Amino acid sequence: MIDMSSVIVDIKNLQREFKVGNEVVRALDDVSFSINAGEFITIMGSSGSGKTTLLNILGCLDKPTGGEYLLDGTQVSKLSKTELARLRNQKLGFVFQSYNLLARTSAIENIELPLLYNARFSARERREKAMAALAAVKLTDRMNHLPNQLSGGQQQRVAIARALVNDPVMILADEATGNLDSRTSYEIMMLIQELNNDQGKTIVFVTHEPDIAAFSKRTITLRDGRILKDHINRDVQNAKDVLKNLSPITAPSNIAT
Amino acid sequence: MKMANLLRIAWRAINRNRMRTFLTMLGIIIGVAAVIAMTAIGQGSKQSIQKQISGMGSNMITIRPNSNVTGGVRMDNTSVQSLTEQDITALQKQPEYIDAISPSVTSRGQVINGPYNWATSMQGVFPEYLAIRGWPLLDGVSFTSQDIKSAAKVCLLGQTVLNNLFPNGEDALGKIIRFKNIPFKIIGVLSKKGENTFGQDQDDVILAPVNTVQKRVLATTYYQNIFVSAIDENATDKAAAEIQQVLRTSHRLAKGTDNDFTVRTQAELINTFSATSQILTILLTVIAGISLLVGGIGIMNIMYVSVTERTKEIGLRMSIGARGIDILLQFLIEAILISITGGVLGAGLGIVATRLVTFFIHWPTLVTEYSVIISFLVCFITGVFFGYYPALKASRLDPIEALHYE
Repeated sequence: MIDMSSVIVDIKNLQREFKVGNEVVRALDDVSFSINAGEFITIMGSSGSGKTTLLNILGCLDKPTGGEYLLDGTQVSKLSKTELARLRNQKLGFVFQSYNLLARTSAIENIELPLLYNARFSARERREKAMAALAAVKLTDRMNHLPNQLSGGQQQRVAIARALVNDPVMILADEATGNLDSRTSYEIMMLIQELNNDQGKTIVFVTHEPDIAAFSKRTITLRDGRILKDHINRDVQNAKDVLKNLSPITAPSNIAT
Repeated sequence: MKMANLLRIAWRAINRNRMRTFLTMLGIIIGVAAVIAMTAIGQGSKQSIQKQISGMGSNMITIRPNSNVTGGVRMDNTSVQSLTEQDITALQKQPEYIDAISPSVTSRGQVINGPYNWATSMQGVFPEYLAIRGWPLLDGVSFTSQDIKSAAKVCLLGQTVLNNLFPNGEDALGKIIRFKNIPFKIIGVLSKKGENTFGQDQDDVILAPVNTVQKRVLATTYYQNIFVSAIDENATDKAAAEIQQVLRTSHRLAKGTDNDFTVRTQAELINTFSATSQILTILLTVIAGISLLVGGIGIMNIMYVSVTERTKEIGLRMSIGARGIDILLQFLIEAILISITGGVLGAGLGIVATRLVTFFIHWPTLVTEYSVIISFLVCFITGVFFGYYPALKASRLDPIEALHYE
């Protein structure tokens, strides 16, 4: 069903050092791994383990000080800021913990935003692609709603649609369920599992919650800037089943999804 | 990156905070409106002064006697007896740049027609006076040089005098009126001239042959003024020089002594008044310009606040692929859009204010295209200038730090 052989991310001996005063802090030290198309990976670790630094580098927001990072065939380490911006625009999708939607801007316009920074798309193409992304997160009926008219879960789904709209090779999520209650978290995880299983989207999900990591197919655990563990999850939880088993009484009634 | 997309992004960003955008614009709106209204008032008064002075006859030259001290007695310039018939003869002798000449004497008094009377002035002139002033007759005929020689008791009525002596609109031609008890026959009626620059009613006058006024009314031999018209508008300066020369010879003035007369051209008058209104215009424009500058600083201030406040938004835009230049242009375009929209609203407000000034206090105004164009240019430059640094600051933000800014 999914071509597992194509490598999207290839990281070799990755290093990232920060200078703090006179001291050099090594946030990432000799990290190597690769990601194939269609994978759903969680990156775990306590704070200070280097998982945010790794995500920034994966997201082309930051450059490594050593080692190699190959993203979809492009050597990222040598790119200029402008080229990094283009790479983010065309190959990556971001989902943040705090959604980061533009205030007073409708859902559909928020989703269109990445395409506005790409001269290739006409206004009609932008609208069509944004509508398709909105349909993929099942919020077509909320296209003209403003962020403050949407629940947290709905806002995060709009953010996911925004990450999908440019057909990225990889979606990067940074604690994307961190601001949501468990039921809504599971609903978001269900959506992400669907995107991964049905549409073959490659997903890298940074979290520190083990029960969220349980929904992914593979988990990389970091500690002190090094990979502590990189294992395939043999017992992937299905978010749909977890939701079904959740007692309806415990569900907060004011959360609408 | 398409410009249209950047415009769309900037426009949406501005629209997200309409109240603040409007308040930011307010400085520019008031500044531009002030510039346009002020220059319109300045230009309007300048134009109306010019029109009225040229209305007197733009190639007209006025000769006045100078006030003088004779034997210790100081006299004002109307009683100085330096302009005489000799001067007229001398000027008429071989005129090069002079077209027409007319002396002038004026007497104030009561004029009576049956039950009606009116306080006015009678001006004794040559028939050429009408040509010099560019003042056609409405009805009847002018007096002739024969009437001057014989000091004929004929006169031409100005409109104001006519209306006061013949309030019922009866035909005045051929009627006899009395000025200082001397009967005058009305042979012509002057067309309406209106008020001059100084608010004087120019139609409140009776014109009569100069000799008649001199001999029969005032009993003098000198003239109070001499009016001359140059052959054309461009020759007024040469004509003025010619007059000076002729009169100095005629008055036997030794070299190095001052003139005992003054020669004034209309162009000088125009310049004098234009200079006054020019200073006014410059002053008003400077004040208006300062308010525009303050408006610009307001934009800069708000743009800085906006960049700080929207740090997270900038981080997000960068993370989804906006380059530094895209962010720079977005904020620059926002600043320019604010200032240009402010300029459009300000121009509209300025034009409305100008109309109101004309409508309510009847000041002459003139909205010139260049004041509108310059205001727009200034707005654009203000937007670029004051928007650039905040935009640069925004474009140089680090995407990671910006994303995590709280």
